[in-house]
Amino acid sequence: MIDALGEPQSVLVLGGTSEIALATIKEMPRNRLRRVVLAGRPSPALDAAVAELASLNISGAEAVEFDAKNTDSHGPIIDSIFDAADVDLVILAFGLLGDQMVAEEDPSHAVELATVNYTGSVSAGLHIARRLKHQGHGTLVVLSSVAGDRARRSNYVYGSTKAGLDAFAQGLDAALAGTGAHVLIVRPGFVRTKMTSHLPEAPMTTNPEDVAEIIVASLKKGRHTVYAPGPLRFVMAGLKVLPKQIFRKLPS
Amino acid sequence: MTASGTATRTEALTGWGRTMSTVATVVPAIHENEMANYIREASSRGVLARGLGRSYGDAAQSGGAIVFDMTTYNNFSLDQATMTVTAQAGASIDEILREIVPLGFFVPVTAGTRIITVGGAIAADIHGKNHHRDGSFGAHVLEITLLDGAGIVHTYTGNDPEFWATIGGMGLTGVILSATFTVIPIQSSYITVDTERAKNLDDVMSRMIERDHEYKYSVAWIDTVATSGRGVITRGDHATAEQCMQDGVTNYFDYDPKNIATAPGLVPSGLLNRWSVRAFNEGWYRKHPTHRTGELQRLGAFFHPLDGVQEWNRIYGPKGFLQYQFQVPDSAGYLVGHTLQKLREVGALSFLTVLKRFGPGNQAPLSFPQAGWTLAADVPAGVDGLGRTLDELDALIAAEGGRLYLAKDSRQSPSNFARTYPRLNDWREIRDRMDPNRVFTSDLSRRLAI
Repeated sequence: MIDALGEPQSVLVLGGTSEIALATIKEMPRNRLRRVVLAGRPSPALDAAVAELASLNISGAEAVEFDAKNTDSHGPIIDSIFDAADVDLVILAFGLLGDQMVAEEDPSHAVELATVNYTGSVSAGLHIARRLKHQGHGTLVVLSSVAGDRARRSNYVYGSTKAGLDAFAQGLDAALAGTGAHVLIVRPGFVRTKMTSHLPEAPMTTNPEDVAEIIVASLKKGRHTVYAPGPLRFVMAGLKVLPKQIFRKLPS
Repeated sequence: MTASGTATRTEALTGWGRTMSTVATVVPAIHENEMANYIREASSRGVLARGLGRSYGDAAQSGGAIVFDMTTYNNFSLDQATMTVTAQAGASIDEILREIVPLGFFVPVTAGTRIITVGGAIAADIHGKNHHRDGSFGAHVLEITLLDGAGIVHTYTGNDPEFWATIGGMGLTGVILSATFTVIPIQSSYITVDTERAKNLDDVMSRMIERDHEYKYSVAWIDTVATSGRGVITRGDHATAEQCMQDGVTNYFDYDPKNIATAPGLVPSGLLNRWSVRAFNEGWYRKHPTHRTGELQRLGAFFHPLDGVQEWNRIYGPKGFLQYQFQVPDSAGYLVGHTLQKLREVGALSFLTVLKRFGPGNQAPLSFPQAGWTLAADVPAGVDGLGRTLDELDALIAAEGGRLYLAKDSRQSPSNFARTYPRLNDWREIRDRMDPNRVFTSDLSRRLAI
């Protein structure tokens, strides 16, 4: 259960190797966490994430096999996690950045991005929502992206999957009103992670720890959407209304 | 609607501190057979009884569960010959007092609010200003009737372990249906009160040690803003008819406490600040005389001063508040001052901080009171660094053999709880017999893995 000071006791991460999600867990008081489930495809990275949490004295860390693309498996996997005990906080963190140029040459790559980032999230998100509603409490954190705010030439396939995910999450939050469950949509800008290490940094670049701090603070405030860093909200508001002739000339 | 035709409602529930709400299906309690049906048909989310929601944390809520609103199950009767009241669990102490005080009786123990139910008083094993002399509410209960985890009705007395597991059992051993408890005869609805101001915390504590035993009721209010820990001790006894007569009071049993005000619905979170709290504490200290004896106060004014202001819990604003109440043995009395200092350092400003001496505890495994000191401080939940400060205090209190009150707790860790209630495993054995499938669950029981 989340306590009076807003600290959760149990966390489920879908996309268990997500650097932002792991940084978020590390941002929480360690003596309150009793169970951390890292769900993802079996990999040395997933095992390493579990081992790292254990080495930080975060108790109850475990890995669970989960594949975003295998939507038929989502229901049973999520049910078994929630059947064992309540989950206070779910971080929907899986996603592929992909390669825009490859996607344009090979649409099957674009389909893969759409399947993981959008279809997989819709499936998992609905199963999570069903269980949060059933237990009468809990928060689903959805890692969206500013890339979904306005499509850009350089990454519009990825951006469109995040736009779809973001719209889905907004609607899901509305649907959960009055059930005790909430959705927190997080829209980071450029974050220094292994997913982006090959890319040139954009203005207002942050680290996973910065995003984590914003997520934890937003959870305590009960917010529903947040940008990371916060001022990106205003930058994106401006970009969204910029005439396309100018928008397209901005450096990507 | 599963078990019958009673109208259910989906409702977000919180404790008195207005933190951590969860949503449950609330069922007005009407008939025991219907409640038994709900228990037999319970889902994995379970069932819980809720009274008037005065526990501060998450004791009377349970996300996704069936929560019986017991306040509709509230008949009671007084037997003047045996000086007992038999009440359904949802009857409130307020309703009972309005009936029995004019007849010359009073409840054996009352908390700082009378807006609680008999079921809640038993489940939390409440204590009052007379604990040093009379023990907690459970010590005055003769019989408890409850529905167990199979929906079967049992009646227990002090010879049964189930009776003691239910006292202080936070509603986790079953749904208390009714109980019989003793009442005390009174000669008036007044208390003769002696008030003294003490200039610092040592002074407060030594005066309490020296003379508490001379009074039936005793409590001290502590100024948490002043670093001295100065305070006001108020002690009293039920006024006799003669004392009332001397004071010109003719209507000895007149009893009709009224609401003076209701706190506004929307309170900005900045209302409670260093200055307003300081001003309140200063004013409260000054309003009391240095020394006054034999003042006649009405029962309501003496025992339940805050009940005159409805929904006063709103004054802490949208983030809510918590009450930190712990108990330590006399040998660890220094933790009272240490706690006040730590709360001051972290900026946890408190209006209402109350210090009280406990007498010996009772045989209920989860009952809170034990001989020594208890301090209760209301603090707003939104204070930065509060969690760490309270965790550190928890550890010091635990190391001295003290503990936190479950009816107030909203944040301690499961390990701290288990460490500080050494008879927890005895209690669990009895609970497992009464409710093997753990039908009775609350957010508190999940949070603390009770």
